[in-house]
Amino acid sequence: MSKQYELNKELAQMLKGGVIMDVTTPEQAEIAQNAGACAVMALERIPADIRAAGGVSRMSDPKMIRGIQEAVSIPVMAKCRIGHFVEAQILEAIEIDYIDESEVLSPADDVYHIDKTQFKVPFVCGAKDLGEALRRINEGASMIRTKGEPGTGDVVQAVRHMRMMNSAIARISSMREDELFNEAKELCVPYELVKYVHDNNRLPVVNFAAGGVATPADAALMMQLGAEGVFVGSGIFKSGNPAKRADAIVKAVTNYQDSALIADLSADLGEAMVGINEDEIELLMAERGK
Amino acid sequence: MTVAVLAVQGAFEEHKKMLLGLGAKVIELRKAEDLKKDFNRLVLPGGESTVQGKLLRELGMFESLQKRIEEGMPVLATCAGLILLAKEISNDAGRCFQTLPVTVKRNAYGRQLGSFFYEGEIKGIGQYPMEFIRAPYIEKADEEVSVLAEVKGNIVAVQYKNQLAMSFHPELTEDTRIHEQFLSMID
Repeated sequence: MSKQYELNKELAQMLKGGVIMDVTTPEQAEIAQNAGACAVMALERIPADIRAAGGVSRMSDPKMIRGIQEAVSIPVMAKCRIGHFVEAQILEAIEIDYIDESEVLSPADDVYHIDKTQFKVPFVCGAKDLGEALRRINEGASMIRTKGEPGTGDVVQAVRHMRMMNSAIARISSMREDELFNEAKELCVPYELVKYVHDNNRLPVVNFAAGGVATPADAALMMQLGAEGVFVGSGIFKSGNPAKRADAIVKAVTNYQDSALIADLSADLGEAMVGINEDEIELLMAERGK
Repeated sequence: MTVAVLAVQGAFEEHKKMLLGLGAKVIELRKAEDLKKDFNRLVLPGGESTVQGKLLRELGMFESLQKRIEEGMPVLATCAGLILLAKEISNDAGRCFQTLPVTVKRNAYGRQLGSFFYEGEIKGIGQYPMEFIRAPYIEKADEEVSVLAEVKGNIVAVQYKNQLAMSFHPELTEDTRIHEQFLSMID
């Protein structure tokens, strides 16, 4: 394992207990930073708008990303399409802190993900179960997040993915060692990764929740389910009072077990994003890239 | 001996694990109420200093902790923690405890591509593996501050009375010597 990969996993460790927010302008990035975001995700359109606009969705304009890099001192992430290694090369060239190889954008390759071991910059990838998570890690991802269903304001899929991941980890931890070889075969991942999960009862990298988180309660729910931090996409800047909501979600993640505090934080936040229920949507982004 | 680890954001679990391994009792500080618990040591972990500084104030822990640091409670500060202690920050308007008379530069080595590993000498400890992750360094330290390590011409570890602070992350290594030294400091 390269030293750079270690350093990249460690940057994700520094983000733990924090909230990573989607932003589309330098002004939004500053609002996010002032509200306590531990990193921002720079993108041209937030998932809810990508969903509404339809069509092909691609990596953002590097100029726009640079504007956000200049506006804030916290880490800046950006998305590239699944399998689009040239978009990833461009993001590396502008010294992005983390690349999200993301199902939110239109996939550029319906078979192969990016060989992330070829890059110096770190990658975070979405996963809806343990197999996907370990396959992404094997390809070089140094951080994992649930896929959830982005741009919906509906947390059900993030919950489902986190529970699936956790139950698979618990199942592997309780296996006899001679059962791990077959498990590796079933998951299509190397034995060493399955062995790591068995021995440590966790993923080898940091695991955040993402997709559909819209309220402080949603964020605390994901933390209580075992997420190590939270991505909030459309939930903040699609709501009535983004600064206040962002601030409340940050505090709810820190004190995710303090229901009295979360009750206070949840009061008077203004309108939440409208949201779409999972059975009302035509495009399931979580089904992209397995 | 009970160590309080600031647990508002960042890599606090790693410090907890290392301290527990050394036999210390550890509590987490997440809100004002937690300050009522009994503790006589403080760890300020890595993470995002902007987030930690904001939450320290808004969750009601800032003044009490600042007072206890000034009164001599031993503190171990890593990376973001160093920024929280620093009296001055050359490239940022934010200030936190300001109990350590040094000037630090945030993100001094640039973005994540500038993060690096270095094995170097720490005064009183010897060769030590240092992980620098979007790390700060110390541009200037007052005379009474003891410089413990320099890397590539920049100060990366110091001690000033009860405050032990560094740019890198001993909690991410297997090497427990810095934590041992911290636990042996006199209250």
